[in-house]
Amino acid sequence: MHWNSNRFILLLSSSIGKKLVMAITGLGFCIFLISHLAGNLIIYAGNDAFNSYAERLHTLGPLLILAEIGLLLLGIIHISTGAYLFYQNFRARPVRYKKKRNAGGRTIGSSTMPYTGFLILIFIVFHLVDFHFVEKADRSIYQIVLETFSNPGYTIFYILSMVVVATHIDHGFWSLLQTLGIDNLECMPVFRVISSAFSLFVGIGFGSLPVFITLIT
Amino acid sequence: MKQASGEKCINLKLKVWRQKAEESNGRLESFKAENISKDMSFLEMLDVVNEEIILSGKDPIALDHDCREGICGSCGAMVNGRAHGPEKGTTLCQLHMRHFSNGDTVVIEPWRSRAFKVVKDLVVDRSAFDKIIQAGGYISVNTGGAPDGNAIPVPQEVAEKAMDAAECIGCGACAAACPNASAMLFTGAKISQFALLPQGHPEAKKRALAMVGEMDKQGFGNCTNEKECEAECPKGISIINIARMNREFLKSSILS
Ligand code: FES
Repeated sequence: MHWNSNRFILLLSSSIGKKLVMAITGLGFCIFLISHLAGNLIIYAGNDAFNSYAERLHTLGPLLILAEIGLLLLGIIHISTGAYLFYQNFRARPVRYKKKRNAGGRTIGSSTMPYTGFLILIFIVFHLVDFHFVEKADRSIYQIVLETFSNPGYTIFYILSMVVVATHIDHGFWSLLQTLGIDNLECMPVFRVISSAFSLFVGIGFGSLPVFITLIT
Repeated sequence: MKQASGEKCINLKLKVWRQKAEESNGRLESFKAENISKDMSFLEMLDVVNEEIILSGKDPIALDHDCREGICGSCGAMVNGRAHGPEKGTTLCQLHMRHFSNGDTVVIEPWRSRAFKVVKDLVVDRSAFDKIIQAGGYISVNTGGAPDGNAIPVPQEVAEKAMDAAECIGCGACAAACPNASAMLFTGAKISQFALLPQGHPEAKKRALAMVGEMDKQGFGNCTNEKECEAECPKGISIINIARMNREFLKSSILS
């Protein structure tokens, strides 16, 4: 067997390799979410602070575009690999059980990963349409945020989406540590807590923004 | 032998998966299990049912078993949707009827996975596991005189972890219980028991690549860290062995 040639292809086409792709791209999203949330929390500092943050962000120019392309690539890889894994896992049990009960290992997060992932994709499409590809010439970004969240239907959709995101991260973050092989017996409970804490931080961090906006308007 | 009725006995309604051969269609068939002593094991209960089936001139329920003391890994079935039944840390042969109540309906199905074909009724072909072992689940040693007992020092805690992994009896409950029908707990345990010990190091690289490659080839699913395997494993093998397998596989793939 030629383990030395095409080693990289072999790695990526293996089960563990595909999990690794999910883990690394997922980690990329986690890092992105931290910076995205850090920026958004400036909304709490008010109109001027948030607008000037947005301005400074856009002075990054080509760097920003590079980051956007990077995120798009991460998304494409994460989604296509995830979809393929979902298909493979579905095929791995052609005859299903007539009766199947959970043994207590699964969590809401772990058992819904493909579905929460799909819902997040839908959210991202709406999110980009509303905040990224929106007409920005005559309004500041702060105004856009205020106007978008003045629609209660959208606000509810946004908050529910953040619950979905948090559910996805709750399993995803811990899972990536396990997949990367960083996990060990002593650290596992700690990693579980860190993962849940991180998911809560992201969920509440983003989810609280429309609540705040609604309260001040 | 008829069991004395009374408080120590229960009556059950069984729904057992019956399938003549791999290619034939299967279905759940109902049986009555009457006067079952609570001290019986699940397999002994099935023996009683089978005796009656044989007396009525029909084909008894086929099932795998050997040691009946929870160490060989031959037995196993889904009982009411749980691998080896509802109790933690037991094989089917060590599951006792005292965990059931009079009048219960018990659904019994074979392990389900693309890699485990049903041979007959509850018997599945688990040679996919053997193939994974053949791919690298061994160490090569030179023949000759037996080495001194303590010639290779192994720290106690490392030996313990290796022994924990080596507890795997290869019953298949992990893959059967896994929502993705993945065999990563089995393969992880088998890779770990060697990865932890110095005797396993010379072939470590080849082993991880070969065993994971074979596992994929057999058609098992991909682990999504659901932890159902660990919860159903009769030996309580930890998914930490999967993390170790990932590590070993990465090391072998990236560092040549
Ligand atoms: S028959 Fe040997 S483990 Fe159950």
